[in-house]
Amino acid sequence: MSAFSAPFLPTLVRRERASLAATLLAPPVALAVATVLNLGLYLLIGRDPVAVVYAMLFEPFLSWASFSEVLLKTGPLLLIAQGLAIGFRAKVFNIGAEGQFILGAIFASAIPIWFPQATGQWIWPMMLLLGVLGGALWASITAFWRVRLNANEILVSLMLSLVAAQLLNYLLLGPWKDPNGFNFPQSVMFQYDAMVPVLIAGTRVNVSLLLTLALSIAAWLVMQKSFLGYKLQVGGLAPRAAGYAGFNEGWAIWLSLLIGGGAAGLAGAAEVAGPIGQLQRSISTGYGYAAIIVAYLGGLHPIGIIASALFMAALYIGGDNAMVSANLPIAAVRVFQGSLLLAYLIAIAFVRYRLEWHRPIYRSKP
Amino acid sequence: MNALEFILAGMLAAATPFLLAALGELVVERAGVLNLGVEGLMAFGAVLAFIVVYHGGGHLLSFVAAGLGSAVLSLVFALVALGFRANQVATGLAIGILGQGLSALFGKTYESLTVKGLPKLALPWLSEIPLAGRLFTQDIVVWLSLAATLAIWVMFAYTKVGLVVRATGENPKAAHAIGYSVTAIRFAAVAFGGTMAGFAGAYAAVVYTPLWADGMIAGRGWIAIALVVFGTWLTGRIFLGACLFGAVSLMGLAAQATGLDVPSQVLASLPYLVTIIVLGIISADRRLLKLNGIASLGEPFER
Repeated sequence: MSAFSAPFLPTLVRRERASLAATLLAPPVALAVATVLNLGLYLLIGRDPVAVVYAMLFEPFLSWASFSEVLLKTGPLLLIAQGLAIGFRAKVFNIGAEGQFILGAIFASAIPIWFPQATGQWIWPMMLLLGVLGGALWASITAFWRVRLNANEILVSLMLSLVAAQLLNYLLLGPWKDPNGFNFPQSVMFQYDAMVPVLIAGTRVNVSLLLTLALSIAAWLVMQKSFLGYKLQVGGLAPRAAGYAGFNEGWAIWLSLLIGGGAAGLAGAAEVAGPIGQLQRSISTGYGYAAIIVAYLGGLHPIGIIASALFMAALYIGGDNAMVSANLPIAAVRVFQGSLLLAYLIAIAFVRYRLEWHRPIYRSKP
Repeated sequence: MNALEFILAGMLAAATPFLLAALGELVVERAGVLNLGVEGLMAFGAVLAFIVVYHGGGHLLSFVAAGLGSAVLSLVFALVALGFRANQVATGLAIGILGQGLSALFGKTYESLTVKGLPKLALPWLSEIPLAGRLFTQDIVVWLSLAATLAIWVMFAYTKVGLVVRATGENPKAAHAIGYSVTAIRFAAVAFGGTMAGFAGAYAAVVYTPLWADGMIAGRGWIAIALVVFGTWLTGRIFLGACLFGAVSLMGLAAQATGLDVPSQVLASLPYLVTIIVLGIISADRRLLKLNGIASLGEPFER
């Protein structure tokens, strides 16, 4: 095999300093590229691309009714992504948020399922707390495996998500099935006090959205302004430097996973105690995986993530719209998500690099 | 047929999707690249193969289509992760989501349709041995997968190509310095891994369970990635690991057949739970992973 050289291909050259323009342009450029690519796909499978784009990218913002649904979906995505981003910055790749979300939902559902007659304003806050606990406990398995057993957290957390889905199935087909539910795999409907109060009358948007925004600001304060956030980031960017400075790696992994798991668990609890109102199979439509994309698309920055979560929520609602109005299979949303992340990963390469076309240089050997 | 015979007879076939995908990922990781998109690559290959067989294209053509299709998708991974030096974890996840999305999109109109699998070929003499003979009645793809395992072992142990791939993963700077193009070798390794993942998906969809259902890969791509770690990047151990997982995934059926009263969800989670436990046991031996791990795994190469 001889040396491979391709003079016709441009090469990536490291910039002197990171480009701010490229940082800011990356998300919109990636969105434009992904949209064009997916339009081609819609043409290929015989759908009207104009109708799809209208339904998917514009309709969610055109009426208050549909925008309130966007806000409703923003909640879980934003919450999970904020938690994950903290871990990703510390280079702890928790990709099992889906399972942590499910465990949060299961833990929260325990109160209304075991005590369906209970009343009082303590119920929903208690459920949210249990959700945090459930998600954090599930994530702590991954943390233990990573810190004590040196196991790869990506694989362990993903496997635990698949186990969590089976656990949910088991509960819904067995002990937690609604006895009067015509054998559907779902629990009883929760009582009134088990529901998070509605925030905006006439919509399903509830108080958990405020909580999520408050936690986003907290995430910003911790990650950008505190010593704790600094330690986590150094651990991710320069693990050796973090070691020399005495920052404990195991501690950072535990913290990252507990925060990520707790946030995902809270999101799961807020779903069953909010728009869904019972435990059922379809409590998550892939929020845990979509939130990974949200986190990256937001540049792993708490403020950027607010914008990307809003956009991803609109994409979910838009996907539903396009399914109804343009007969687009719902899987198209996943295709869009995947291609959007790929386009973004290419676009952010230009933050640190620029392309250069080299003319072939001929030199005689010394 | 008792449970043991049942597991012996089906183990190799159940192991084949794991084995093919893990062998592909082994070559990718040996070259220093971590491609986490195997699940999506398998799902994409699976749907292409199913469509080809369903429309009468035959099994050979279906494997070609799946191999090519998944190779193209894996080259997208290579372009982003190697060409643009993006984070390999994020790129792999994106390819995984994209592959699973495309699989669901193309497979939508084929949901719960079935095709015909492949006939089993019995090896003369060997298949007549009592009990163990059950191992020797398999379809052609199983036999070819075993041959592929042997070929990859020989490649890494005895050939120059294998040595060059290993050097690229262990010390890309050195490989570059003596005149090999790290990027080209890694692109080729990723394409090989994509092809193998496509074959693995095709086997799952048109031979092993010739029925289309969205999400049919069911985590097998992820287990294949875990298998590469279990096998500590050694071909023989990966083969043994794949057999173990073949047996584990049959244990559910075997247990149900013997009338054991275990919830089906427990049996369905068995492969995932075994993955978690084995991963913990193997990884706890830090020396083992240090000795066999790939030095430059997941790191972008810059001259």
